Amino acid sequence: MSTSPHLDLDALIADRGIGVVVCCGAGGVGKTTTAAALGLRAAEAGRRVVVLTIDPARRLAQALGLTELDNTPRPVAGLTSGATGSLDAMMLDMKRTFDEVVEAHADPEKAAQILANPFYQAVSSSFAGTQEYMAMEKLGQLRAQAERDGTWDLIVVDTPPSRSALDFLDAPKRLGSFLDGRFIRLLAAPAKAGGRAYLKVFSVGVDLAARTLSKVLGGQMLTDVQTFVAALDTMFGGFRERADVTYALLKEESTAFLVVASPERDALREAAYFVERLAAESMPLAGLIVNRLTTVSATTLSAARALAAAEQLEEHESGASVTAALTGDLLRLHEDLAATANRQRAHVSRFEAAHPRVPSTTVPARATDVHDLAGLRAVGAALGRATA
Amino acid sequence: MTLVSAALSDLRLHVVTGKGGVGKTTVASALALALAQSGKRVLLVEVEGRQGISQTFDVPPLGIDERLLVNSGDGELWGLAVDAKAALLEYLQIFYKLGRAGNALEKVGAIDFATTIAPGVRDVLLIGKVYEAVGRTDGPRRGQGACVWDAVVLDAPPTGRVGRFLGVNAEVAGIARMGPIKNQADSITRLLQSTNTAVHLVSLLEEMPVQETIDAVTELRSARFGLGLCVVNLVRDPLLDERDTDLLAQTADLEASIKADLDSVGVRATGPMVRGLLSQGRDHADRILLQDEMATELAETGLPLIPLPALVDGVEEGGISVLAEILAEVLDTPLASAP
Repeated sequence: MSTSPHLDLDALIADRGIGVVVCCGAGGVGKTTTAAALGLRAAEAGRRVVVLTIDPARRLAQALGLTELDNTPRPVAGLTSGATGSLDAMMLDMKRTFDEVVEAHADPEKAAQILANPFYQAVSSSFAGTQEYMAMEKLGQLRAQAERDGTWDLIVVDTPPSRSALDFLDAPKRLGSFLDGRFIRLLAAPAKAGGRAYLKVFSVGVDLAARTLSKVLGGQMLTDVQTFVAALDTMFGGFRERADVTYALLKEESTAFLVVASPERDALREAAYFVERLAAESMPLAGLIVNRLTTVSATTLSAARALAAAEQLEEHESGASVTAALTGDLLRLHEDLAATANRQRAHVSRFEAAHPRVPSTTVPARATDVHDLAGLRAVGAALGRATA
Repeated sequence: MTLVSAALSDLRLHVVTGKGGVGKTTVASALALALAQSGKRVLLVEVEGRQGISQTFDVPPLGIDERLLVNSGDGELWGLAVDAKAALLEYLQIFYKLGRAGNALEKVGAIDFATTIAPGVRDVLLIGKVYEAVGRTDGPRRGQGACVWDAVVLDAPPTGRVGRFLGVNAEVAGIARMGPIKNQADSITRLLQSTNTAVHLVSLLEEMPVQETIDAVTELRSARFGLGLCVVNLVRDPLLDERDTDLLAQTADLEASIKADLDSVGVRATGPMVRGLLSQGRDHADRILLQDEMATELAETGLPLIPLPALVDGVEEGGISVLAEILAEVLDTPLASAP
């Protein structure tokens, strides 16, 4: 059915020129599992891998040995004997990551002041985009460490389940433009010496805005925000630079984006949006992984033939064998599977027709969920095999 | 046991959540349609900017004004995609009469700040708009006249974020201990925790969605939100019965016997074909077993389980109406939920 080029994932993870793999996709498509399975397969193929997961399901986290969230990559035990590579995994703790950024960029006194600020505490644990921004921040840190110490040669990143699919691309820029913007200077102004005079630089509109803010937010919140902004003032450059560096890293040829989707209309529509956004941002897209595709084992039997045979068997009930009813049900099951498989293939074909140059591969659905390394290894094998 | 409400159809606000990918929007849409078809004026609201409603009902993207989606004789179904920025400007206009000042805020980037970066404010705005719709009346002032909407159905953020989304109070507590934002958050929380509101969870009979559903039930209960239904989406009827699975597990010479059955109806069965059919059968039997376990785990939440079938053609081609018919059957079910 496929007219698209094949996405060869084994070649991708074997390519030493690839240093970062970013898995993105809508929620519930198996992004985290795919990232972990690819990481494991790469490690067992000789790469030194670190997998950054954002919010893994509990049992998957246990499979990776991630029992606590300590924001540091930990070695994953249980790689096949003879594996020349290594696998570390970590779960992102966004507040901790934010705290570390503050501590690294402000002097101890100022850092303490920021960490204690109520507005900062709210921002660092819940503000829209923190998770995305901190995932990118962590990616930057891991990359720097990899280059400095040679700890890893491949970083596999799972992306946050964002409200809009590519928030992780937008968040750093948004934060940057916010920190650059007039609004932050307006907030910072009154906390500085001669704040009123500083305000005069702006138009009358700013004064009106300041009064309005005070009215809407309440005086106390405004004061907290101002203290926070003033304390952060010295770090702004650092934030923006780091965001820019990470954003630039994502555009490098050593990065590969993988879009993960399930073979359903909505997930593939989201995947199409991802693919188009990545192209618009000149981000290096490696291809699409269609996860959990329904496949049939009795490939030579058509759906229609199976259904007809099942009906015939049911007509001859008298004198039928012990297994006749079972055979009939197996035929009906086959018809159902084949119909689902056909429908899913049609969805995938539609995507491929609209994006003929995007390499793609498919991974068959599994009977049960993954919760150990053996399961991840099987998913990894399917990812690799699918390209063979 | 806290009685959420006499019945589903008496609720003013339905909040629909679930793990990503389980079909929240589909279920929210079907529920809203069922309510509308029972003769109510219903508003279906989405807050994540995904345009899921317009895709489900196959209409052009929704804007910031309510739009009629379905007119079912007695009832009406309207749709709305809430936009945080528009909600903030509207809010400023209504509560502070800030025509020009609103523009000034926009110009200095304060609106962007509030709607995309400031902690919690975005959620307060989005859910604040839902709150406004629930309480909207046709009289000259809020609280006067009849309610404009008999019921509001919210296609809410996924389970991973819904606790934070609904917990607007806790979210703004750290930044606004008093003042107008705090007051607004308090009123919203009163509505959300009242007997007029229920949170419905959508799940699948798969391990990860079930685990997330159970976690969300615990989280939402401890935050004192009333829970409604647990809708189990995409349920497939088992195609093998108990006798089949016993045979699959026990019978020796199964291959030969099945080959003979197939031959008897003229299917030229090869070894790989028979083994393929058997392996499909065993996988299916495993799946049924897993689904039963999952259903048992979901039942332990104490929520009424409402199974919705997997539709062969998805929600296209009137699939939503099929699901709405099933949900219409449970509109009068009494709801009760342990706190």
